[in-house]
Parts: sequence; C-alpha cells; structure tokens
Amino acid sequence: MAEHLFHFLVFPGLLFAGVVGGLLSWFDRKVTAWVQFRRGPVLMQPFYDFLKLLLVKETIVPARGSVLTFLYAPVMALFGASVSAALILLPAFGITSGFRGDIIVIFYLLTIPSLSYVTGALASGNPLASVGASREIKLLIGFELTLLLIFATVIMKSGMNISLYEIIAYQQENGALIGSLSGVFLFIPLIFCIQAKLGMVPFDIAEAETELAEGAFIEYSGPPYAMIKFTRYVMLFVLPALAGVMLLGGLSLTGISILWSVLKILAVVLLLTLIRNTNPRLRVGQAMYFFFIWMNALVVIAIILTYSGL
Amino acid sequence: MGIKSLCLKKSLWLFHFGGASCNNCDIEILDCLTPRFDVERFGMLLVGSPRHADVILVNGSINKRDKARLLEVYEQTAKPCMVVAIGACGCTGGIFAEGNTFAGPVDKIIPVDAYIPGCPPKPEAILAGIMKLVQAKFG
Repeated sequence: MAEHLFHFLVFPGLLFAGVVGGLLSWFDRKVTAWVQFRRGPVLMQPFYDFLKLLLVKETIVPARGSVLTFLYAPVMALFGASVSAALILLPAFGITSGFRGDIIVIFYLLTIPSLSYVTGALASGNPLASVGASREIKLLIGFELTLLLIFATVIMKSGMNISLYEIIAYQQENGALIGSLSGVFLFIPLIFCIQAKLGMVPFDIAEAETELAEGAFIEYSGPPYAMIKFTRYVMLFVLPALAGVMLLGGLSLTGISILWSVLKILAVVLLLTLIRNTNPRLRVGQAMYFFFIWMNALVVIAIILTYSGL
Repeated sequence: MGIKSLCLKKSLWLFHFGGASCNNCDIEILDCLTPRFDVERFGMLLVGSPRHADVILVNGSINKRDKARLLEVYEQTAKPCMVVAIGACGCTGGIFAEGNTFAGPVDKIIPVDAYIPGCPPKPEAILAGIMKLVQAKFG
C-alpha cells in the first residue's frame, strides 16, 4: 500500500511528472521564444507561475453556477493525469506494475483531464467557458477515434500484448516499432493527437486566447488554476513519454540510456513546439475533418501495412 | 523576501484595460510583447481574463460608461493585484480632463500603484515603470 502511494504521489506519479513536465514547459516556451528571436523566460518560470497561483492569489468562485463541481473538476483532472503518469512511467522505467491490460485503462485515464476541464467550465456559468467546453468536446470526439485506432495498431504490431510492460519488452527484442513503415504511419497521427490533447496551437480551439480568453479556464483563479497548470505540466510529460513508450522503444533510467531517453522526450516536445509555432489555429470543423478523414486514413494504411508484415 | 513575494515578482500576468483610448497607448503596450522588448523574459504574460491577472494596465480617458466597466474588472480580478495607469489620459485625463463625459482619472475610481505618463509613453518607459513598481513593492 505504501509503495503504491509512493508510486502515485512521488515517483513516478504526481511530483516527479509535475517537476519534469514543468521543465518541459519551460523548454517549450524557450524554444518558442528562440523561434521568434526573443530571449524567453528563465528556467524556474513554470514553478514561479505555479507557486504564485497556489500561494499568493485568492480563489474566486462563481456566483451563479455549481461551486462544488467548479472546485472539484481541477482535482479530478490532476488525479487522472497523475494516475496515468504512474501507469505509463512505471513500465517505462522497467518496474512492472503486475497489471495486465493497463494500456486500455491508460486510454481512458488520459481522457479524464479533458472531461474534467469540460465539467469545470460548464459549472462556472460563464458563456465563454461554455463555448470553450463545447469546442473541447467536439475536438475530443474528433481525435479519440484516431487515438484508439493507434492504440489498437500498436497492440497488434507487438504481438497482441495488452500490457505496456510487454509492449516495451517486445520492442527491446525486435527493435522500436517506429523502425517499420507502418510505425512511421502511426507516429504522424500520434503526434497530432498529442498536440490536440495538449491543446497546442493548431488545435487550441478550446482555449482560443484571442476570442475566448482561455475558454474553459476563464473563471479559474488562485489554487484551482494552479492545479490546472500542474495538470498541464504533467500531461506535457506524460503524452510524449507515451509516444516514447509505444513507438520509440521505451525509456530507461540506467546508465548512459538516461541520456537517450531524455533525448527521445525532448525530440518529441521539440516537434510539438515547432508544429505549434509554424501553424495557425484551425476551426473546430476543420480539426474534426482533419482527424476523421486524413489521420484515420493514415492509421488505416498502417493497419493494412501491419497485416502485410511491413 | 519570502517565497510568496518572490513568486509574485517573477510571474506578473498583465491584463490590459483600454478605456476611451485613441489606441496609441494600446499599440505601445502591445509593442512591449514584441521580440524587440520581450516582457516574457521578466516572466510577464498578457492574459485574457481578469481572474488570472496580477497587474491591470489602464490606459485611455475613463468616461462615464467606462467607469462601471473598470470598477467591475477591478472587482473581478483575483487579489492581490496592482493597477498601473498608462499615458496622459490614464494618469490625469490629459486633453479630455474637462470633457463632458469624463469620469475622472483612474485614481479617482480605483487605487493606482504606478503612473506612467506620456502621450503615448514609449515601450521602454512602460517597461521601466513596471520594473520600478516591482522594485518598490518587493525590493
């Protein structure tokens, strides 16, 4: 029991994933600044932001709306993100959780943050927040099917293993899944799904700073907003780690392969940052079209290639 | 200096309130975000919602209609927050000070922490003003 709590709260769950995710968020902002020929924020900036919101600012609750749901939603989001962090990172670092079929659970846990944002936004009673929430749901409908197909193809490619630990073990024996042609066809939609899950620019439809002013998060202030920020840091680490585990051959914490794992995560985050800096925002209809037609087509090609052994 | 004031000092999020402005100050404020001046290196961000704001930048003359809006935005902001009046109109009323619809300079409506005069103030002046405010508040 104590061990499970340690895995959930400290390593590799809440605390570790949050700190690494904060550093990745600094990396994201710094690269954005470099792309725009700016200096960019200091290394500790994500933690200053988080601690300021947590310790200094007051919490304002909506006068019209459900206060309990409004305050409960960020807690649920953080819970979902850190449980999925623990479940993804434990096998990634070679600790078996002894839990077969965890990849299916991870798929559902990863939707909890988005659904919690929607719940909190709808509970706040703000019209802009409800527009943001409805866009978030539409985006979720758009990319969830693609993500599910990617998970299914990864399971198929790794010899029908539904445990993340065995998928990594399979890749360590037979080489990373991205080494094959179908792996490349899986990697492209996976990157765009991660982009949409993180709400980064081509798909920042739900938070749309320019017209919705943060959309779903518009009414949050103080500690609940700090929790949302922390959830986003955790997700910024967990989703690239998931890409690393499912397609890039797993992560490792032993010897020189630490460097290799760090490079994998940084490369995925760099790719996400460059995509977000070189693209305009899509409308929600365009985003759904993009996932339903083009990304699903890529995954279907990958499935066919997998069947023919490529 | 405690951790609270350190974090607040290093991560000031700005909310921009434009009153009945001629848009010159608005443009100069937005200039601060461009690569040439880059306020993000001080940890400042422009946010869209007063709930997230730590500093409210008020510019333009405040007329009778704006007064109610400004008060509402100030009440909606999560405390502690600071108010900076930017430009001649924000600080004193400027050439609108004797106008019919003028409802008083900003400091008659909400407490103001710093004044940055100029018509419009240069982006350097705005940055210097905010940094002086930070130093006066947090040392």
